[in-house]
Amino acid sequence: MARFIVRRILYSFVTLFILSATIFLIVRLTGDPVALMAEASARPEDLERIRHQWGLDRSWPVQYVTFMQNALQGELGKSFNYRLPVSQLYFQRLPNSLTLGLAATLISLLIGIPAGIISAVKVNTAWDNVAKGIALLGLSIPGFWLGLVLILIFSVWLRWLPTSGAGDWRHVVMPAVALGWYFAASMLRLTRSSMLEVLGSEYIKLARLKGLPDFVVIAMHAFKNALIPVFTLAGVNMVVMVNAAVIIEVIFAWPGIGRLLYEGIFQRDFPLVQGVVIMAGFMIIAINLVVDILYAFIDPRIRLAR
Amino acid sequence: MATIPADPRLAVGRAAPGWLGMLIKAAREAPLAPLVILGGLVLMALLADLIAPYDPTVPVKGAELFRPPFWMEGGSVATPLGTDFQSRDILSRLIYGARVSLIVGLMGTLVAGSIGTALGILAGYVGGWADQIIMRLTDAWLALPAIVFAIFLAAMFGPSMWNIIVILGSVYWTRYARVIRGEVLTLREREFVKLAEIAGASKLRVIKKHILPNVMNTATVLASLTVGVVIIAEASLSFLGVGVPPPQPAWGLMLSEARPTLMTGQWWLTVFPGACILLIVLATQLFGDWLRVRLDPQQRNL
Repeated sequence: MARFIVRRILYSFVTLFILSATIFLIVRLTGDPVALMAEASARPEDLERIRHQWGLDRSWPVQYVTFMQNALQGELGKSFNYRLPVSQLYFQRLPNSLTLGLAATLISLLIGIPAGIISAVKVNTAWDNVAKGIALLGLSIPGFWLGLVLILIFSVWLRWLPTSGAGDWRHVVMPAVALGWYFAASMLRLTRSSMLEVLGSEYIKLARLKGLPDFVVIAMHAFKNALIPVFTLAGVNMVVMVNAAVIIEVIFAWPGIGRLLYEGIFQRDFPLVQGVVIMAGFMIIAINLVVDILYAFIDPRIRLAR
Repeated sequence: MATIPADPRLAVGRAAPGWLGMLIKAAREAPLAPLVILGGLVLMALLADLIAPYDPTVPVKGAELFRPPFWMEGGSVATPLGTDFQSRDILSRLIYGARVSLIVGLMGTLVAGSIGTALGILAGYVGGWADQIIMRLTDAWLALPAIVFAIFLAAMFGPSMWNIIVILGSVYWTRYARVIRGEVLTLREREFVKLAEIAGASKLRVIKKHILPNVMNTATVLASLTVGVVIIAEASLSFLGVGVPPPQPAWGLMLSEARPTLMTGQWWLTVFPGACILLIVLATQLFGDWLRVRLDPQQRNL
């Protein structure tokens, strides 16, 4: 067990290293930020001074090592544009992204789990087909277009919900649906296949043979076990949603990290972009590590596999 | 290079239904709806120059801005789906937009599939260090949400259709690499591969003659599922202004141009391009589902 955990942690660091080095390299391959930072009237000496001030005159490996040393101490560099530490900007926006991610996770669970259970219990009936239809639409409707259509219906025509910004719960509804919709489909598919697997197992057959009513078998026996993978996926999905909501946050002017990234990209704010992207990678690597270790505890086959 | 002569009895048995018979059988079992939609869209894209009523990049002469679709008040049959903020014909832009979506969808998938399949085979068959390096690279790629990675790359390398194809291809290859590596690991232990190795076939030859043909089905199924994802990703990038640059008619770009008019009631500018994306992705998904069942019997009950 200890060996498994150590190896997984080691792998996670390797992954983080490859990812951060790749991002770091790409950011530096694509142009000189100093020219954009300085005023148009700046002389070459001025540019040189700025370059030195931001540490951009040092070699890439040196810059990378400095960056990673600081990053491991929770410091992601300083934003060109805001002249503030990236970590400060990031953690200011993070709570908003967490709120949105959590709301979207709830939406995806509220759609995915009931629909998945119904389609598994009533497999190959009209209900099942409706659920399959929902799953198909979840993958086919572009989330950002769904967001636009929701604005059109609920803000412009019905005037029920505000179009953008953050405030009370009414601001969260539409972005959460637009973001969670796609993930609801994956929840649905997993709930369905997981329920089908459990419903076909011996202990469910035994429970049925004992004469337990259908409802008890499904709700008390099957549901509990089928939901372990579903909630695991929900956790992973939530972390992904927190980090991948760029377009939704742009459409709804939601002040989260996605929009911070978007703004950073258009202002060529290298340290900001680099910081946000690497933090996204860090979070997802961390959640995957946690899930792997938890599963190794639950299921010995995993830790003995290699 | 000795090739094993085909057993004539087998040949007879296989050819019995004839090409025509096979064709009829395939047509009978094919998923009609998605094929009709996809066929229609492909035709639309190919024949855009002939069927589009106007040039999609210049204003329609004599048409006002934001003319509504023909069935609404102020609409005109001359521009059946209305005009946009530069009084360009929406229908023509949608027709040409199919071209962008299909080209990016297919080429992006091809790039992703080629990278992923090559790396998957390399990792699975060569093993050792190659396997370690490729799998850690795959992990690193999977650690970023694909769309964030794509936005990041597109913003760094600048907007153009060919850039987008390469970028989406270099983001979406990971699934191929993982799945195909897994398949190659079992293929590697199979008798016919072992025998080919014992017979002295080079690694390259084993890969070309024995491994690649056996993973092509899986790669095709994955490809059918990637096309839709890539099309939505392209639309997202174009929407954010880091994809296909204006004045090209891309559906995502049209949605982006429609944004300022969302609040002022010009709903057709938002609804039509999105509906087109939905339609094309839905059709590829349905086709992909059918293909998966056809090519991969193990997944039939999923």
